[in-house]
Amino acid sequence: MSTRRIFLRNSALAMVGMGSAPMWLTRALYAKDEPGARKKVLVAIFQRGAADGLNVVVPHGEKAYYGLRPTISVPRPSAGGDRQQDAAIDLDGFFGLHPSLAPLKPLWDKQHLAIVDAVGSPDPTRSHFDAQDYMESGTPGLKATDSGWMNRSLPKSAGKVSPVRAVALGATLPRTLRGSEAAISLQSIGNFQVKNAAAAKQFEDMYMNSKDARLQATGRETFEAVSMLQAIQRQSYTPANGAEYPRSKFGDSLRQIAQLIKSEVGMEMAFADVGGWDHHVNELGARASEGQLANMLRDYGGALAAFWQDMGDRMSDVTVVTMSEFGRTAHENGNRGTDHGHANCMFAMGGDVKGGKVYGKWPGLEKEQLYEGRDLALTTDFRDVLGELVANQAGNAKLQGVFPGYAPKFLGLV
Amino acid sequence: MRRAALGVLGTIVCLATFSAAANKNAQIPKDQRITQALNRLTFGARPGDAAAVRAMGLKKWIDLQLHPERIPENPLLEAKLKELDTLRMSSEELVRNYPTPQMVKQMMAGQMPFPTDPERRVLIEKLVAKYENKQAAGGTTPPPPGAPQAQALRDILSPEQIRALRQGTPEQRVAMFQALPLEKQVDAIGAMGAPMRQAMFAAAPPELRRKLILANGPQQVVQRDLTDAKMLRAIYSNRQLDEVLVDFWFNHFNIYLDKGADRYLVTEYEREAIRPHVLGKFRDLLEATAKSPAMLFYLDNWQSVGANVPAGRSQGNRRRGLNENYGRELLELHTLGVDGGYTQKDVTEVARCFTGWTINQPQRGGKFTFAPRQHDNGEKVVLGVTIPAGGGMEDGEKVLDIVAHNPATARFISRKLAQRFVADEPAASLVDAMAQTFVKSDGDIRAVLTAMFNSKEFWSVGAYRSKMKSPLEMVASAVRAVNGDVDYAFALTNQVAQLGEPLYRKQEPTGYSNSSQEWLNSAGLVARMNFALQLADNKVPGVKVEGPQAAKPDDAQGIALGSPEFQKR
Repeated sequence: MSTRRIFLRNSALAMVGMGSAPMWLTRALYAKDEPGARKKVLVAIFQRGAADGLNVVVPHGEKAYYGLRPTISVPRPSAGGDRQQDAAIDLDGFFGLHPSLAPLKPLWDKQHLAIVDAVGSPDPTRSHFDAQDYMESGTPGLKATDSGWMNRSLPKSAGKVSPVRAVALGATLPRTLRGSEAAISLQSIGNFQVKNAAAAKQFEDMYMNSKDARLQATGRETFEAVSMLQAIQRQSYTPANGAEYPRSKFGDSLRQIAQLIKSEVGMEMAFADVGGWDHHVNELGARASEGQLANMLRDYGGALAAFWQDMGDRMSDVTVVTMSEFGRTAHENGNRGTDHGHANCMFAMGGDVKGGKVYGKWPGLEKEQLYEGRDLALTTDFRDVLGELVANQAGNAKLQGVFPGYAPKFLGLV
Repeated sequence: MRRAALGVLGTIVCLATFSAAANKNAQIPKDQRITQALNRLTFGARPGDAAAVRAMGLKKWIDLQLHPERIPENPLLEAKLKELDTLRMSSEELVRNYPTPQMVKQMMAGQMPFPTDPERRVLIEKLVAKYENKQAAGGTTPPPPGAPQAQALRDILSPEQIRALRQGTPEQRVAMFQALPLEKQVDAIGAMGAPMRQAMFAAAPPELRRKLILANGPQQVVQRDLTDAKMLRAIYSNRQLDEVLVDFWFNHFNIYLDKGADRYLVTEYEREAIRPHVLGKFRDLLEATAKSPAMLFYLDNWQSVGANVPAGRSQGNRRRGLNENYGRELLELHTLGVDGGYTQKDVTEVARCFTGWTINQPQRGGKFTFAPRQHDNGEKVVLGVTIPAGGGMEDGEKVLDIVAHNPATARFISRKLAQRFVADEPAASLVDAMAQTFVKSDGDIRAVLTAMFNSKEFWSVGAYRSKMKSPLEMVASAVRAVNGDVDYAFALTNQVAQLGEPLYRKQEPTGYSNSSQEWLNSAGLVARMNFALQLADNKVPGVKVEGPQAAKPDDAQGIALGSPEFQKR
C-alpha cells in the first residue's frame, strides 16, 4: 500500500466520513476518478459442496450418460408426454439445461450466457475443503498461498480506491477475497453500521489505534466502508424491470450486489456463495424436476435471472462467473446420489460475454474416457476462464500475479 | 502483537522483558500466565476468576479442569438445564414427544404411540388440527371426518381478553393469560398466531415458554434446548475445559442438525457419543461417533450397501450400492487428515468395510445396528493392511483400529488441538511433542492436553492473546465478563449465528475453522460492536446485566466488550 494511496483514500474519506457527503460527491470521488467513468464489475459465485454438473448442464446427446444414471438422469429434450416437464431444455442439440434452469434460457438465447463444460481444477483432490481452498486461492495443489485470486486481481491503483471496491455477501470474508487489498464482507447493507453514533466514534478510534495489525487493518477497512455505505443505507431498494429475486439467502445476496453496483460506490468485485450441493443421497426426486437438486437449481437459476433482469443495460459492464469445487461421479451411487468426482461446468454471464455457446472440449463419458474410470475428465482449467474475465476487467492484464505459475489460455469468452 | 502485549504491562516489567519480548518463543511473565490459562481453558474470565485461580494455584487449577468429574457443577446451571427436558431424552423419546406433523398423523392413525404427557398430547393434537384446517382452506381436501377441529381464538376467549392479549405489556399479557383456567390456556396457545405468542415470550415463566415454542412447532423445542444448553453451559459451567472440549470435539466430528432425521439424533449424539469421551481415549470417541445414528445418517453410511449384495425383496426397486461419503470423511476429517497418505482406493475400501453399519428406523430415533445382509463380505485392503473376507461387522472396527493408531492421526489431531488452544500456526516442535504423547499413551486425550499445557509454546509470548475469539467464544465471554444473568439463551445463540457460527448448523462435515482469520472481517466486527453495546445496555432479550442504569446509559462497558482487545483471547 503506497503512502500516496493512503493519503488520498483518507482525505477523500474524511469528507465522506463526516456523514454529510452528498451522493454526487461519493460518486465523483470513487466512480469517476478515472477516464472511462463507470467501473466494470466482476461477480463471482461459488456453489459450495460440489454441484453435479452433469445434471446441471445435461449431455443429453451422450448415450453413456443415461447408462451411468439409471435413476437420476434428466430426460432428453425430446421426451414427450408426462415427462416433458422433466426434460432437459435443449441448448445446442447435445447439451441441455436442467428444467429448473428455465429462467436462464432467455439469457442463452440473447447470447449473454456462456457455459464452459468439463472444466475445473487439475488437482486430483476429492476433498471439499482442499478443492474449495485451491479454487479460491487460484493455486491448485499449493496450500501455502495466503491470498485469494480475486483479491490479487484487484488492479493496484495509485489513486483513490473505494473502500467497497471488493465486497463479499455473508458473515465471513471468503478465501477468494482475502489478501493485501482492502476487501469487506457484509450481511446486509441496512445493518452495516454501528447503531450508536457516539460509541461508533469511540470504537473507530480504538480500532484505528489498535496495536494488533490485523484488527487495525480490518477495523480501518470496516469503518471506511461503513461511511461509504451510509448514504445508501436508508434508501429502500426496488429491483428494476419487475425483477423478482427468490426469497433465499442467495437471492438476497444477488439483490444486494445489484444495489451496490447501481449505487455507483466504486465496487469492482463482488462475491456470493450458495451451499448445499453435496447430494450423496436422492439427488433428484421421483421426477427430474423435483427433489433436492431441482429445488436448489430453481433458487440458483431464479436468482441469476432476476439479477440479469434487474441490472438491465447496466449488465453491459458486469460479468458474473460461477464455479463449484469439483464435479460428481459420472455414475450414480447406491442411493440415487453421486459421490465426489472431478470436472464440472461453469457459467459466465454478462454484456461482454459471447454467450449462447458451450465452450470447452467434451471428453465423453465412456468408461475409458472417464477420469480414473469414474469421473468426467477435465479439458479446461478453471483459471483459463477466470483469467480471461480478469484480463477483461478494468485493465488488469498482469495475470502472472493473479495465477502465479500458470498462463491462462483464453477461450474467447469475452 | 509484541507491542500489544507490552502495553498491558507496567513500565518496570516492560523494561525487564523487553529483550525477551523480541523473541516470540520467550515465556510470558507469571501474572500473564493466569490470563493465558483462563483465555484458553474457559469461555472467558468472569470477575473474580483470576483471583480464585491465584488462590488455588495455577497448576492445581489446570489439573482440576482436566478432571471435571472432581469439580462440583454450578447449581445455577443445573437448575437452568433442568427445565430443558429434551436434553435427557433418547432420540426415540424425542420423536415421540416432539413430533413433526407427519409423525402426529401416524400417531393418529395408530401407527405410533402418542406422547406420554397428556397436556402435551392435547397441544400436539390441536397443532395438527390447525395444520389440517390450513391445508383444507388451501382448497385441496376437506379435513377427514372425526379429525379434531381447530378453534379460533374468538371461540375460546372474550373480546376483552383477546384485546388484553394484543395490547398489554408482556407482563400484563402473561398475567391475564395465567388467570385463565388451564384447559383454556391450552386451547388458547393452540389458537394463537405466532406474533401473539412471541409477545408473551419475554415475560413467560419457563414452563409456559416451552408451551409457546411447542405451539410454533414441536421439533423446535428440541433444537432450542440443544442450542440454549450449549450457551448456558459455556456461560455457567464450572467445568469450563470440559465444555470447551465438547465444543471442540463436536466440531471435529461435526453433524448438521437440519439434515433430516438428525434433527432428533444430535441431542443423544452429543450426550452419549461426544461428551463422555472428550478427555478419554481417541479410539473410544471415534467408535462412539462411527456407531452413532447421527453420524451414520449425516454421512449417509446407513444406506451404504455392498455392491455385490443382491437387492432384497423388501427394498423394492430402490437401487442399492456403495456410498463413500463416510469413508472419505473418516479418513480426511476425523483421523488421518487430507495429507495423511490415503488414496481414492482406500476410500472405497473403507466404505466397503462399513457397509451394513446402519440404523434401525432412523426417522423414529432408532439405534445403531449391523445388517449382515447389506455387508460386502469380500476381502479388503485398507492402507496396506489386508482385511480378510468374512469379517462382517468387525471389518469396520478393524478400520477404526488402523486409522486410530496411524501416526498421521496422532499428528493431525495434535495439530488441530494446538490450533484451538495455542496458536493459529502451532510450532512443529509442539505438534511433534503432542503427537508423541498421543502415540505413547494410546491416544489418551487427557495426556495429550497435559503435554500441551506443559509445553513452553503454550506459555510463550507469541501465543499470548494471539487468537481471535470465535463467535461463540465472543458472545459467551462477553456475558461472563459482565456477570450477565441469562434467563433464556435464544437471543444469544441467535447472535452467534449472526456472527457467522450458527450452532449445530455447519452444513459441511469440516466443522468451523479453528483459525483466527475465519472470524476477522468487517461484517463480524460491526456485528460484534453492536452486540457489545446491546448487551451492556440490557437490550439482549433474556439477559440481565448489572451496570450503570441511568437515564443516559454509560457505554463504557459496551465499548470495552466491543473493543479490539476483547475480540482476542
